[in-house]
Amino acid sequence: MSKIVLSHIDKYYGDNHVLRDINLTIEDGAFMTLLGPSGCGKTTTLRVVSGLENPQNGTMTIDGKEIINAATAYYAEPSKRGLNLVFQSYALWPHMTVRNNISFGLKIQKLPKDEVDQRVKEALRMMRIEEYIDRYPNELSGGQQQRVAIARAVAANPKLLLLDEPLSNLDAKLRVDMRSELKRIHRELGTTIIYVTHDQVEALTMSTQIALFKEGELSQVASPMELYMNPVDLQAADFIGNPRINFLEGTARFQGGRLHVSCPLKDMVFDKADMTDEKIPEGEFPCVVAIRPEQIRMAEEGESDCQKVKVYANQPAGSETLVTLRAGESEFISKQIGLQNYDFDEELSIHVPDEKINIYDAKSTRLIKRAR
Amino acid sequence: MAKEKRKRHPLTATRLKNQFLNVVTNPFNLIVFISLIILFCLIVIPLLQMISSTFTVATKSDARMSGDEIGSFTLYYWKYILTSYLAKATLWVPLKNSLVVGFFTTLVSVPLGAIIGWLVVRTDMPCKKLLGVLVVIPYMIPSWCKALCWLAVFRNETSGSLGFLTGLGIPIPDWLAYGPVAIVLCMSLHYYAFSYINVSSALRSINSELEEMGEICGAGKVQILKSITLPLVMPSILSALVMTLSKSIGTYGVAATLGSRIGYFTLATKMKTFISGGPQGVGYAMSIILIALAAMIIFVNQKIIGTRKSYATIGGKGGRSTEMRLGGARIPMAAFLVVFLILAMVMPMFVLVMETFQINTGAGYTLSNLTLYNWIGTVDQAQKYTNYPGIFRNSEFAKAFYNTIRLTAITSIITAFCGQFLGYISTRGRGKWYGGLVEQLVFIPYLMSGVAFSAVYVAMFSTSHLGGLIPSLYGTFTLIVLTSVVKHFPFASKSGTSNMMQIAYELEEAATINGAGFFKRMKSIVLPLAKNGFITGFMLTFISVAKELDLIVIMMDKNTQTLSYLAFTYSQEGLNQMADAISVCVLLFILVCYIIANRFGADIGKAW
Repeated sequence: MSKIVLSHIDKYYGDNHVLRDINLTIEDGAFMTLLGPSGCGKTTTLRVVSGLENPQNGTMTIDGKEIINAATAYYAEPSKRGLNLVFQSYALWPHMTVRNNISFGLKIQKLPKDEVDQRVKEALRMMRIEEYIDRYPNELSGGQQQRVAIARAVAANPKLLLLDEPLSNLDAKLRVDMRSELKRIHRELGTTIIYVTHDQVEALTMSTQIALFKEGELSQVASPMELYMNPVDLQAADFIGNPRINFLEGTARFQGGRLHVSCPLKDMVFDKADMTDEKIPEGEFPCVVAIRPEQIRMAEEGESDCQKVKVYANQPAGSETLVTLRAGESEFISKQIGLQNYDFDEELSIHVPDEKINIYDAKSTRLIKRAR
Repeated sequence: MAKEKRKRHPLTATRLKNQFLNVVTNPFNLIVFISLIILFCLIVIPLLQMISSTFTVATKSDARMSGDEIGSFTLYYWKYILTSYLAKATLWVPLKNSLVVGFFTTLVSVPLGAIIGWLVVRTDMPCKKLLGVLVVIPYMIPSWCKALCWLAVFRNETSGSLGFLTGLGIPIPDWLAYGPVAIVLCMSLHYYAFSYINVSSALRSINSELEEMGEICGAGKVQILKSITLPLVMPSILSALVMTLSKSIGTYGVAATLGSRIGYFTLATKMKTFISGGPQGVGYAMSIILIALAAMIIFVNQKIIGTRKSYATIGGKGGRSTEMRLGGARIPMAAFLVVFLILAMVMPMFVLVMETFQINTGAGYTLSNLTLYNWIGTVDQAQKYTNYPGIFRNSEFAKAFYNTIRLTAITSIITAFCGQFLGYISTRGRGKWYGGLVEQLVFIPYLMSGVAFSAVYVAMFSTSHLGGLIPSLYGTFTLIVLTSVVKHFPFASKSGTSNMMQIAYELEEAATINGAGFFKRMKSIVLPLAKNGFITGFMLTFISVAKELDLIVIMMDKNTQTLSYLAFTYSQEGLNQMADAISVCVLLFILVCYIIANRFGADIGKAW
């Protein structure tokens, strides 16, 4: 249970600037996910927090206590930071049984033998793998190894639990199980968790906060729903959401306290209240209209605000149907619930609610109109 | 990510103190530091020392000859080998001989090894599994043993006693029995295995789909071989070629056994006569030339094929491998291999073993010519024989046997330990300056042939240094151990590196997170996991030291001699049967070691 503050963290590998001025506050008890494509610096950030890497600039405190101060070359040892880490590869020691893997750190802390035993059993019970206590790691399945790795990390009662892409080596079904398992652990222990992943579904379903990384920089820190509804720039919008968000090219003009937008699908006017603080260019400027596929629905009979489109292709997948539509030269995808059937080139009438649309400045790529 | 100029922090007292503590409190840093110093002392300084000794007058007689004072700078030794009237006999002829021998050995052994490799890996030749095992056996036999086998078969009147073939009445001319032809054939039978191992592993890594694609495109078998298979294994063939060339140029044992008695000298054998007979500066200068030659070959190799080296493994994911059908050539090809093995291995070994029981070599295997004298005879039975008792009653043999065990055991324990250690430093320091430096330093002994390398050590330790802090080790057992250890560094650290690579750094990081310090990590994580690799590294060094002759031949004397050296001196003295008997013992010893090592090797497959 602790609050972590990272400020102005810079990390170089040789001349490679892999972390650029990272400022991040992780509140006590948060489930903070570091999200981004591979090579964006999220794992490096985790390793800086853990103490396995030392940054060249910046400071870090845990509960107000100085842990890193690059200016004075002070780096507290990993073991003095009150945290534990679950590695992507699990890093279970192959020559030790499950019991010894878990008790290793506890013995180093010189805890009495009874307590070590009790903590090992407790951690295994929590991960529901008590029966494997005397097995070696290579006698366990991938999912069981994963549970042992988590048990090893929580057995020491860390104030802060770090998880580095822990589910990436599991198959799809186990991943869903482990997600709920991790959520329960977070609730049961109340520990602050920092979780690294490139999988947006993991990030959106589990976290209380998401920090989105882009090329070594933090591009957005927000709650999952905010991140999904209002990605701060085009790149973030493109990264979050599956199927991907639709981008339609258009033009915009800020006039009379209102934003006038026109794109091949329709023309819209937005109130100042829906707009962000980003600077708006003078006069008419190119913009990008971003629409989530699930926000495009078929218009009802006689609905006034609806647009004519043509079906380009149809992909029914059981629980949902993806329909590729065209309006003029623009192409976009609509996601419909359930099995739907449309013919090629069928003409349809659709409705897109204006308040769910994001508008981006095409030049600066920043969000200028928020969705509600 | 863009490259930018990095912000520097002002150097305050606290920062300095913390930086100092960060370095000093991490034992790993200290260990790297100490290792670097030791490597520097054991590899760089001896080399520099030897170079400087070729420019310094060493003895009174050298001083008289050169006209300079003892200890002063001189070009005498270099002039001696490069420009004096003796230069031709001292340097140029032996150099030419070395190059000729090296060139032809490579020319014979590389294609031979490559073809056998291809036959065993890629074709449907019958019994190829068994043959694949048998063809590596010659590599386990020390090359000087092969030279003794050669003599046992081809010896003629020139060396007093007859060999197997002359005994049968087949006249063997000197040019076949001794000299370049004998040396080239003998070394080829040793080094082909090297190419075989290299090429067959490259061939195994090639996905046969690449060849099948060629077949689908309509290429014939020869065309596929020529335009797909051969280019893919070319890097491994080239690297085998370079290794064979640089090794065969520097070989001593074979060249001395088969060349010296008719006055055919190579650089390595000529150098030995100078180092033991003086002027030693001349010998050292020759060994520098030998080292430069080998270094140049390896350097050229890296320049030319270094970039293409990774290429053989590109298609390396293929688990499937379909064999090429030889059709009518199946049986002849297998027969070729069998005949080759009989001629190259079985027959010479048989002759060698039988010779140990003969009274007169080359006089056939009739009962009247057979004796156990060479093994268990006593001196008073010796009228007809030599003045030595049979080897099992010979105190020299016992002493040499003891020395062999002592040398191999001590050397391989130290080497294997250092190897794991150096491997640890170079894997954990990968990409950092010290990792690269350690790797390069450790690689240096690899450039030197055994004789040249030991010449470096003799030059370094023949006198004491730093006012007796480093004592003169000349003629001591310690020096032999030290030389053997350092010479095996490249090999041992390579096996240590591959062993350490298997231990993911994350396993150590996980321990760090759990509060384990450096020594605790070593004890609980690294050492237990490195155990099996350590044992194989140990066994392989053990065998290599037991086989060794070239490396230690300069340093040996009656007190420190090993079995290899004893066999070699007996052979030089014309005690052929005794030399043979000793080499049979060495062979058995090595065989037993291989079997034990194989046991452990199999265990490694089963373990993690």
